[in-house]
Order: sequence, then C-alpha cells, then structure tokens
Amino acid sequence: MSTAPVSLPRWADVVLLPALNVGLAFLASGLVVLAIGESPFEATALLLRGALGHAEGLGFTLYYTTNFIFTGLAVAVAFHAGLFNIGGEGQAMLGGIGAAIAALALGALPGIIALPMAILAAALFGAAWAAIPGWLQAKRGSHVVITTIMFNFIASALLVYLLVDVFRPTGMMEPSSRVFAAGGKLPFLHDIAASLGIKLPKSPLNLSFVLALVSALAVWVLIYRSRLGYAIRTVGANPTAARYAGISPERITILAMAISGALAGMMAVNEILGVQHRLLLAFTAGYGFVGIAVALMGRGHPLGIIFAALLFGVLYQGGTELAFDKPNISRDMIVVIQGLVILFAGALEFMLKPSLARLLARKGGA
Amino acid sequence: MTSPAIRLVGIEKRFGAVHANRSVDLVVEDGTIHGIIGENGAGKSTLMSILFGFYEADAGEIIVHGKPIRIRSSADAIAAGIGMVHQHFMLVETMTVAENVMLGAEGGVLTEGGLAKARAEIVRFGSEYGMQVDPDAIVGELSVGLQQRVEIIKALYRGAQILILDEPTGVLTPAEAEQLFRALAELRRQGRTILLITHKLKEIMAITDSVSVMRRGEMVAHRRTDETSPQELAELMVGRAVGLPTRTGGSVPSDILLDVRGLTVADPRGVVRVHDLSLTVRAGEILGVAGVSGNGQSELVESLSGMLPRRSGEVLLKGQPVPAEAHAGRMRALGLAHVPEDRHRMGLVTSFPAHESAILGHQGSSRYCKGVIIDRNAAIRDTADKMARFDVRPQDPLLKTANFSGGNQQKIVIAREFETEPDVLIIAQPTRGVDIGAIAFIHQKILELKAAGKAILLVSVELDEIFALSDRIAVMCGGRVMGVRRTEETDQNEIGLMMAGLEGATTGDAA
Repeated sequence: MSTAPVSLPRWADVVLLPALNVGLAFLASGLVVLAIGESPFEATALLLRGALGHAEGLGFTLYYTTNFIFTGLAVAVAFHAGLFNIGGEGQAMLGGIGAAIAALALGALPGIIALPMAILAAALFGAAWAAIPGWLQAKRGSHVVITTIMFNFIASALLVYLLVDVFRPTGMMEPSSRVFAAGGKLPFLHDIAASLGIKLPKSPLNLSFVLALVSALAVWVLIYRSRLGYAIRTVGANPTAARYAGISPERITILAMAISGALAGMMAVNEILGVQHRLLLAFTAGYGFVGIAVALMGRGHPLGIIFAALLFGVLYQGGTELAFDKPNISRDMIVVIQGLVILFAGALEFMLKPSLARLLARKGGA
Repeated sequence: MTSPAIRLVGIEKRFGAVHANRSVDLVVEDGTIHGIIGENGAGKSTLMSILFGFYEADAGEIIVHGKPIRIRSSADAIAAGIGMVHQHFMLVETMTVAENVMLGAEGGVLTEGGLAKARAEIVRFGSEYGMQVDPDAIVGELSVGLQQRVEIIKALYRGAQILILDEPTGVLTPAEAEQLFRALAELRRQGRTILLITHKLKEIMAITDSVSVMRRGEMVAHRRTDETSPQELAELMVGRAVGLPTRTGGSVPSDILLDVRGLTVADPRGVVRVHDLSLTVRAGEILGVAGVSGNGQSELVESLSGMLPRRSGEVLLKGQPVPAEAHAGRMRALGLAHVPEDRHRMGLVTSFPAHESAILGHQGSSRYCKGVIIDRNAAIRDTADKMARFDVRPQDPLLKTANFSGGNQQKIVIAREFETEPDVLIIAQPTRGVDIGAIAFIHQKILELKAAGKAILLVSVELDEIFALSDRIAVMCGGRVMGVRRTEETDQNEIGLMMAGLEGATTGDAA
C-alpha cells in the first residue's frame, strides 16, 4: 500500500519498452553525430548497410552476435538466481585456455572427436572459474560482484603468464600459442557452404553461431521448464521461499554460477576454436561486459537475448564500417553510440516504465 | 453542530481493471472514534491512502473541517492536520525516540533546537495521554507496543487533529491493545478525531462511536456502534450470513505423532530463541501455540519444518527420530506439511504464475515432473483442480501469484500443503490478513484434517483462533512453554497472563 503499483501489459514490457529505449539511444546518438558535423541519417544508413547490406558484412555481424549471445546468456542465468555475474571476461579467458589446451593436445585427431572435447573444456574451465566466486558467495557471503570482478584480473594475469611462459613456441615474439592442427578448428560457414557448392564471401562466421542458438534453446528449457531452473528462479525471487521448499540457496548459487561461467567460457569457442585457431591475448575484447547490457535488454529471456545480441552485432560491425567510411566518425564515436545504447537500454531500463504504465492505464480506463 | 472532521464525497479509484473505490462517501464527525471495517481487498487501505496522499483519487472530493482540499502528497495531508500510523511502522530503528519524532520537522540546519522541542513534547504527550516513552531510548530496542506509541506521538507532534490507525492491534498483546485504546479514548476526550481501520469486530464494538463498512470497493453501510451488533457487521462485510466453525468435541487419546523433547533453537544471528522446549501432538488433535509474536514461535515452526537447524534436543516424527540436519524437503518426505506464517516471505513466490507457486516444495514430486523437466501441464491441471476445490478466485492458474488477494493466496498455500496427505501439519498464522469468509473456510479445512486423524500444531497470535480450534493450548513466552492447558479448562484471561510471562502451573500436566 506504500507506492502505486507499476505494471505493464506483457507486450508493452517485452516489445514496446525496449523499442522505446533503443529509439531514445539512437536519438541521442544522432545528436552526437550532428554535433560533430555529420548527418545522422547518412551515418545510420551507412551503419545499417555495413552491418546487414551485404553478405560479408552480415557474416561479421552474426560472428559478433555469437559472442554476445554466449555472454548475454551467461549473465541472464546468474541473474535468474539473483546473482550479478560480471566476471564474463575472466570466465571467457579461462574458457579460451581450456579450449586451447584441448585443441593443442587433441588437434591431431579428427575434428569430430577433438572439437566436442575442446568445446567441453571451454565450458568446464569457464564453469570452474565462476564456481569459485559462487562458492565464496554461498559459503562465505563474499559478494559475487566484487569477487567476479577480481577474478577477471586474476584470469587476465593467468592468461598472460600462460601465453608468455608456457604456450609460446620458442623463438616467437608474439605472446600466443601455436596454431591448432586441423582437428582443433571449427569450420567457417563459407567453407561449409563451399563444400555444398554455394559460394559465400569470407567472414569469421563459423559453426559456433549454431552452437550459440542451440545454447539459447537449452537455456530456455533449463530456466523455464526444468526442475533446476525452477529452483534457480525460486532462489532468485525469494531465497526464504526456496529454503521453505527444501531448495538449498547455497547449492543453487554455486550451480547457477557454474552454468553461467560455462556459457561465458563458450564464447571462447567462437573466438579461439572458430576464428583465431590459437590462444592469444585479449581475445575477449570486452564482450563479457557487453553481455550484461545484452542480458538486461533481452529481459533475461533467451529469445530477447538473441535479438539484443543481434542489435549489438549490428552496432559492432556497422560501426566498424562507418568509422572506415567517415574519417570524422572515429572508432571511439562508435563506442560512444554503443555506450548510449547500454545507458538507455540497460541502466535506464525502467526510466520510462512508470510514465508508460500511467499512459496505458489512462487509455485503458477511458 | 460543527462541520465534520472529514467528508469524502464520491471518491473513485481504479488500478487498471481493479475498481478499488467506487463512489465512496464517508462522514467522520469531529471528536469521535470512527471505525472502518471490511474484508481484505475491500478498499479500506486504498481509501486511507487517498486521504493521506499516497494516491490521488480519480474523482471525488475531500473536505476537511468544512474546507475542500486537494491532497497530492503526505505533506499536504500533514498540513491539513491528518496523521497516519501505518501497519508497518515507518521508524528508523537505530535512532532515538526523539530523533524519530523530529524526523521531517528538524527545524533548521542544526538539530539541537528541534531535539529539545521534541523531547519536551514527548514528555508532555506522555503525561497528557498516558503514553509515556523515554525520549532517549533507541527505537529498535523498544517493544512493538512502544514503537507504535512513538508512531502516534510522531503524528501528534506534526499537529495531527485527525489520526488514522491502520490495523493497529495486529502486533500487540491484549494488554498493550488495552493501553492503546485507553490512549485513543483520551485523545478523543481532548477533541481529536480518530479513524480506526481494522478487520476485528471486537475492537470496533469496544472503542468506536460509529462504524462504516466497506465491501468490494463500496461503502455498504454506516452505523452507530451502539445500534449495531458484531453479527450484523460481519454479514455486512461479507454480504451474507457467516458462522465460524468451532472445535468439534475433545480428541480421542491416540498415538503421539509429533514429539519434541528439549528443543533449543538459535536464529541465524546466533540468538537463542527457543529454550529447552518440549511438547507433543497426538493424531486427531490440534495443539494451539499461543503467544505474543516474537516469543520464539517463528523459530519453533522453522526448526520443526527443517528451515532452521536445532542446537540441541530431539524431534520424533511418528516415533522415529528426525536427524538434526534434515532440511525442509526431507521433512516433507517424512510426512510433515508446513503452512508458513508469512506467505509472501516463504509460502509463495509472488512473481511466479500461480501454478508455479502451487508446486513450491513439491517441485521434485513425480506428480509434477518428468525426469528433470517440470510437467507444466500437469502442474496447471492440478492447480486448476485445487483452485476449484478451495474456491480460489479468480480461478486462473496462469495468473501471477501477486495478483491474488491475501485470502486467495493463503488458500493456494493451504491447498498445496493440505492436499499432500501429511501426517503432521505445522500451521502458522493461517488466517493472517485473510477475510472473514476465507477464515471460516480455512478453519473448516483444519478441522476436517483433525477429524481425519492428523496431528496439527497450530501457531497463532489470534487468541480467538486458538480457542476456536485447539484441543490443548501451549503458551510461549521468551522461547519457553509457560504451560499447557486443555481448552475447556482455561479462559482467555489465564492464557493472556501466561502470554505476558506470568507463570501458571508450569508443570504442563495436561501434556
């Protein structure tokens, strides 16, 4: 009875509100573009054409999308358990280390054997890296926001150490591992298409995209249809009710973090097994952090996350092309635009909600 | 005759599809105690929230002391001389009484002047209205009754001529409630107007001058208290005649199904809340646990249901010792059902659709699961079926749990827990915040379970409920059982004294 209840019809909550937020972000971005003396319309057209207008650009867009789907799902799973996992970067790095170890060791075997092992290794390493903060949260009350951030630094240092002192072939200057043997490489989509007689332009898009879509489906089943997902959502919504129901919030906290870490770790499948074919520094490139915005924008729902990931994929690819065509609009400008999208769609997610609810309520009442 | 303290004309309020107040008229005469009574969800709280500026009415007029005013925030309400004492106190527990009273009326950059004034006023109110409280005590260390006193003083300090009290006695002992009513009578004598919102007919009859009854958002009747009866008011509230079921004869001696021996329980902060407590419940028996809330009942219930570990002692279920580490899921498997005292905090997940709340605690049961996947259709079918049998309205298993009224939410919990064929039931505050119609229904169901030979431990702060249902009554105070009485051999007076910590014969011979 304290404050007016704010509730929106489902369609408004799921479609209208995110669309309005993205619209506002683009409006603000347009003003920034205008301020540096370029036409926002031309910039938008260039951005969209660069991202979606030709097969190569689309390939790049979907390649970025793959990363965002994985990290977005990772954040969402933890979020359903009431946990804020911002360690996606570190978990992806560990996933990369796991994938690389498996691919280096098993690369000589046929891909049909080596690749599933490498993917599994990526997921397991990511899961283990996230389970530690999960365990600390469950048993010691150390907040996952703090510990996952700190684990990002540890992961980063670990990656540097391994690359410089362990994986680097003697005589090589660059801190990276050797290139995997054929069995450790996921096929590119243009190669698959070529084997079927279809000619596609080269792009980094690879089989991981399919894996990402399958993961999204799996996460949907997990969260909304499985017993474990029920337990995860119960702990996230009401830990006392979970205890009442005989669900151990501690156990679920650790499990949810592990699943979240596994998904973040699988981002490395795309980057390491799919594109780079070797372990190298900084391959996570901030995708883990953008996953937070993707998950928020997608409302924690796998379908929403796929669309939000696509939006960020478009921004990444289109932004790169835009920076190429318009010297005035530098790469940093693109980061500003992405930042505005994150600000409006993520941080200010509920800014419009009360007024929108009031507006709809008035229309409905009249 | 002076103009009435409050006149409401045609107040309308809608929340989306819910018509919370329909053309409500109300006249509250100056210097009277006016009761507003109605079931949960009847619109009492909405109406008072409009009066105190939490919501603005869609239509209608508010006239205070003959002057039409617009109340858009609580500041407007306070300026118009309206004060409100909320059901859940709005106090800063770490501050002193004087600091709390001063809050929002500090009167300057430095607090010293304001504090001195607040202290003086607190002392004055204390002597004038019999509401003594130490201005320098820390609020969090005061008893609930005293905290409520601070809330009232806070409202008076802001110059409230009209005082709204929302369910003020829910958290009080009978003695504290008595004191509160004396203070209210004194306030009335000094010319202030009091609006008392309650669902307890007894309080309306005891203290009010006139009473208004709300039902489904409408004001259905106004009565002078001395010209009406509890029976008439109850019928007006519910819209039909109600009879509360009562205990059906004594229990036949039978097997002890729940046997608690020397139980000691500490809360998560390590404070011992239950001391060396022993009790037994037999098949076909209801043991009522009476006590002022906060005397260890919650911890007793949570420990028995597997939510809180016990520190020492033994629990036997159907004669078998229960391992100390058994969690809630294990206790359920052993045949113990638990209706928790707080359905929002424990019994339900309000953000879930009803069919998901209706399997809480049974999410692993083969009835609702195919392997690791939850059989959603089975859960929905089962919930629809329970909703029909327990008369849950609206009968929609897909509706969000939060969108059901309190009584209907409680019926969802009760249906879930009663339908699993448990041997032992722990039922805590089964009718808290539940309307009269639903209370009768829930009591009926509890008595049916007793007749079916279940052992029932009923914990309630409502003495009337304890007396209406229990075969024996155990009274808890300070984490101990002060004594156990057969219901027919005691009365509310004796139990009330034991609740206050005055030991009867502590031998517990009736056990």
